[in-house]
Amino acid sequence: MTYLVYSEDRELAFQLLGKARELADKTGSSVAAIVVGESQEYVKQGADKALKADLGEFNVETVKEALLEAVKMTEPSVIMIGATKRGKEVAPRVAAALGVGCMTECSSVDLGEDGKIIVERLTYGGSTVAKETSTSTTTVITVPSRSFEKLEPKERTGEIIELTFEAVKPRVKVLKRREKPRSSVDLESAPVIISAGRGFKTQEDLKILDELAEVLGAQISCTRPISADLGWMDQWVGISGKKVKPSLYVACGISGTIQHVAGIRDSQIIVSINNDESAGIHGLSDYSIVGDLYEVIPALAKALKEAS
Amino acid sequence: MRQVVLLKDIPDLTEIKLHRETRAPIVEGVKRRISEVDKRALEAAIQLKEAVGGEIVALSMGDDKTKTALLEALAMGADAVYIVNEPEFKCLDTNATSKVLEAALKQIGEYDLVLTGEMTLDSLSSQMGPRLAELLGIPQITYVKEITAENGKVKAVRDLEDVDEVVEAPLPVVVSVVREINEPRIPALMKIMRAKKKPQTVWDAAALGLDVEEIKAQSYVKITNLAAPKVERKQIKIEADSIEEAAKKLAEAIVSEGIM
Repeated sequence: MTYLVYSEDRELAFQLLGKARELADKTGSSVAAIVVGESQEYVKQGADKALKADLGEFNVETVKEALLEAVKMTEPSVIMIGATKRGKEVAPRVAAALGVGCMTECSSVDLGEDGKIIVERLTYGGSTVAKETSTSTTTVITVPSRSFEKLEPKERTGEIIELTFEAVKPRVKVLKRREKPRSSVDLESAPVIISAGRGFKTQEDLKILDELAEVLGAQISCTRPISADLGWMDQWVGISGKKVKPSLYVACGISGTIQHVAGIRDSQIIVSINNDESAGIHGLSDYSIVGDLYEVIPALAKALKEAS
Repeated sequence: MRQVVLLKDIPDLTEIKLHRETRAPIVEGVKRRISEVDKRALEAAIQLKEAVGGEIVALSMGDDKTKTALLEALAMGADAVYIVNEPEFKCLDTNATSKVLEAALKQIGEYDLVLTGEMTLDSLSSQMGPRLAELLGIPQITYVKEITAENGKVKAVRDLEDVDEVVEAPLPVVVSVVREINEPRIPALMKIMRAKKKPQTVWDAAALGLDVEEIKAQSYVKITNLAAPKVERKQIKIEADSIEEAAKKLAEAIVSEGIM
């Protein structure tokens, strides 16, 4: 049995190697990885076989061919692919070529009593965790960045093998690549977010968030009804909107539906301000104030200015 | 240009509640709609048809309720709907589902473009586009946020993490779109009325020449448990005699968390 690892992102590949090594040691199996860049580091990070392949510029059909060749060579029980957008387009293509099961964006990976792989992944727009297992001889999974930790690199014995495969002429031609302009409202990577819910009576009232946002260096967002129904802002946080993971999420006048909460689950600290004591959001917060947001928000901005 | 758009009708996620004890989502009785990103794939197809002409066929795998949910696609601008409704195919995984859709696509016949959402919001698996491209032996363009077609080619802008990638591919090709590509149109009442007169064809396994057992044997992934995770938070209620005092305590807490 072998675990085969690939990601075009080396750091992510090493994180996958950490997990693959752990599972392989449990079952006495081996670990192989397709190399991007320098090979020896893959051995130090836990690979028994580092497969050197000339992949060139990333292309889904080339990577697929390389992976299929690596599958022939190593006969893996699990193929672990980094869940970047590029990885996520390779994984199902490889799974289809092999005619096997594939589970994407796995946040945990383990082995059942029968030695079959068991994963956890989000479903229903991120509100629910599904435990899934696969019975195909080989199973493809994708794993997002930072799900697992890489090992301390150490001198280990491992083979470095040239992986030769049939060259592919990509049918999709890349005409150009444009660096993305950094959006002024990049919620997904914002370190602090203040969000408005139905507790706000008018669009005009959202202005009271500006001062607090300035003190906290926060982006301002909202719930779905504020954006999709009322049109007060163009993007929202939640199941059908943006999934965010700030260090601090301040929910103002938000009741806390499962649809909204699914989008803020990865926040480090959640603060809620809502005058309804029974609002679900309080129980889902680290700190909560039951009070009128029209009074609490300016007072909090003032207090933060004095405290910092 | 003949376009096939893959649509899935899923429970309205904003209506889903959790089971009190098991924390499993309760989907029974929840109204079903076309998955949001799939709907944008259809909107993209309609805009392409407006530019270059042709026909739009919607393809879906579902059950008895799917016909109703897909009326919306016909009202928006799809010319015909094909639904695979086979009770034996209820719990297939992505591998087996892709085999069924491959057979359905073959039955539909010629196509230039196969469009779909980059994921359906219920399963979040993001597999069907690339899987079908592989089975059909054609290229794929994923994460598309802009698309145009001319002279037997499509040109698209892909939304990747760090870059926007401008690509070109010959037809036929599978395209999966991201949410940002467009705002789907809301059909006028007249179009909703007329949608009921457009053709909806339903196929079972036999109609597609598929052996039920053979397909089921290729379904490998199973869900063994489904539950909303418990949220573990500090749940500290800040109480004070005045709003100012409470705000001050909260400010101190935020500062002590090392966020400022």
